[in-house]
Amino acid sequence: MSTLAHDHDHAPSGLKRWIYSTNHKDIGTLYLIFALTMFFVGGAMAMIIRAELFQPGLQFVDPQFYNSMVTVHALIMIFGAVMPAGVGLANWMIPLMIGAPDMALPRMNNMSFWILPFGFALLISTLFMEGGGPAGGWTMYPPLVLQTGDAFPFLIFAIHFLGISSIMGAINIIATVFNMRAPGMSLMQMPLFVWTWVITSFLLIAALPVLAGAVTMLLTDKYFGTSFFDAAGGGDPVMFQHIFWFFGHPEVYILALPAFGIISQVIPAFSRKPLFGYASMVYATASIAILSFVVWAHHMFTVGMPLKGELFFMYATMLIAVPTGVKVFNWMATMWRGAMTFETPMLFAIAFVILFTIGGFSGLMLGMAPVDFQYHDTYFVVAHFHYVLLTGAVFALMSAVYYWLPKWTGYMYDEKLGKIHFWLSTIAANVLFFPQHFLGLAGMPRRIPDYNIQFADFNMISSIGGFAYGLTQLLFVYIVIKCALGGKKAKDKAWEGARGLEWYVPSPAPHHTFETPPKLTKQMLEM
Amino acid sequence: MSEKTKIKKTTLMLFFVTLLMFGFGYAMVPLYDVFCEITGLNGRTVNVVTENEKENIASDRIVRVQFDSNINGDLPWRMKAKQTTMHVQLGKFYEAVYTVENMYNGDVIGQAIPSVMPGEGSLYFKKSECFCFVNQLLEAGETKEMVVRFEVDKDLPENVDLLTLSYTFFRAKPDKS
Repeated sequence: MSTLAHDHDHAPSGLKRWIYSTNHKDIGTLYLIFALTMFFVGGAMAMIIRAELFQPGLQFVDPQFYNSMVTVHALIMIFGAVMPAGVGLANWMIPLMIGAPDMALPRMNNMSFWILPFGFALLISTLFMEGGGPAGGWTMYPPLVLQTGDAFPFLIFAIHFLGISSIMGAINIIATVFNMRAPGMSLMQMPLFVWTWVITSFLLIAALPVLAGAVTMLLTDKYFGTSFFDAAGGGDPVMFQHIFWFFGHPEVYILALPAFGIISQVIPAFSRKPLFGYASMVYATASIAILSFVVWAHHMFTVGMPLKGELFFMYATMLIAVPTGVKVFNWMATMWRGAMTFETPMLFAIAFVILFTIGGFSGLMLGMAPVDFQYHDTYFVVAHFHYVLLTGAVFALMSAVYYWLPKWTGYMYDEKLGKIHFWLSTIAANVLFFPQHFLGLAGMPRRIPDYNIQFADFNMISSIGGFAYGLTQLLFVYIVIKCALGGKKAKDKAWEGARGLEWYVPSPAPHHTFETPPKLTKQMLEM
Repeated sequence: MSEKTKIKKTTLMLFFVTLLMFGFGYAMVPLYDVFCEITGLNGRTVNVVTENEKENIASDRIVRVQFDSNINGDLPWRMKAKQTTMHVQLGKFYEAVYTVENMYNGDVIGQAIPSVMPGEGSLYFKKSECFCFVNQLLEAGETKEMVVRFEVDKDLPENVDLLTLSYTFFRAKPDKS
């Protein structure tokens, strides 16, 4: 690429290396470190939430602050932890997996990362403002959200920043994959992680601008006298929910599809078998993506939709279970009679398949219009989306980090500590979220700092799980740092059964790779 | 085509799609209104008719109409329907009256927003006169009777035999003109 002025093989040093970097590996690293930092910031907020809910009554924080914790925790985890972690992995791995020297638009890549710290500075600064941070829930429903104090415009512009960053990242990924694959690699020969990211990128480009529009309307409603969502002026607050969830449901898959891609890389590697049903995986991912645009109103069954609307959105939602089922089936079929070993990435991947499926099933329950009226806005919903996002998306990201860490650092991580991290995380996450199903079914509402004493026991169990999960993640940081500093040298192909081009470059991957496109052999293209 | 021009082309196209989707977000606003008007979803009643005695041939069918009222947020008003229920003959005009009181010691302008449930029936609920057509000014402590003249269209679906007309009074937005 002519945009890379420094063609010599060593990285520029010092702070400038990171601030001016246009190198996909450096930017990937920045994204991943940023995501991990935000994971702890959002996690600290979750700890405040669980501490407050440890016992009934108000103990530590006032309700307004509690609600802003709930709101900002969600925004940080979604836009600050899971999405940037996914984009970071995409930056690091996609060029390596398709044999490209770098991302297609390296400078835009730099910009899309460096917008993020500013966006989150805006968002987090709201917590210290007059009137407190945004506390109307991450879904920002009017008219409640319009009661936010000085924090309101900061919230809106933070969302704009994060959206712009993600859209630029998505454009970059598509431009890279469509134009820079090594000669001889067809679309249907790409690793599944690349495929899921291409599809995710299309979702980002289609969904995030709609969110940008919706929050802009909120802004003009509050400050410029428009009445998009103000019934007094002829608007309709329910319309916000339609526009928001038109973005919001695809967003769910923006978080989940890259996780599917990761799992589709890891399971074949440790089963020592090719991925079962590659083509069906690609088509299933694409159908999930397309369907995700026609199911949005299942988030709002209780707003008073006519029966026909409820039925349409219910059936469309159920339909998504089919391609998702295909994927789960394929993962299991890949493991079937494979020569399996259970290193940490594989453990996280298997836990993903089981726990994500639990989250999928509770999602099906929520998707049934008649029973949703009971579950709506209860802890059952909280349990559901944490199963798909924490034991789903986050577990997949953990799996990815353990899987590719040898390629990034050149060293093997401490397998024993990795396994301890896995088991503690898995047990803690289930202690944390499983009881919340029961709380929800018994009628405990979301986003409330206090509760009836009948919910006390399960909340205490849940909080203990929460603290355990939070503490366990410190072990993860230790493992990663330890691995970056040294350890057993990693082979170029760090895992016996690993497949894909990324294992044909040295470990650690040098600053520049594939400056001349690789000559693909049949072996390199194995899935 | 060189790789660079190809990348440029893809990028421009994707930026265009981004703009398009931003526009689509805004396009959902009028689309939503049109959709609601056609289907009667959300109980929006925009059906205004002029009374024409000759054309109005009432049918024998009689349905019940319930009257409901709400005050939104910080509007210091009180509102009550004079009649809670009316039995109306389809195709015939009726008058319903609400009593609205301003409890504040100053003038306040309000705007009533109607809604008819079930959505299926809202298309057939037609008004010829309504206090909700314009802003309403109430002076300090004033009580006013506000009138709505309506008919239920004779094509009302068979399965609907109860309609609820609900008004919510909002503080009127500052006049833009």
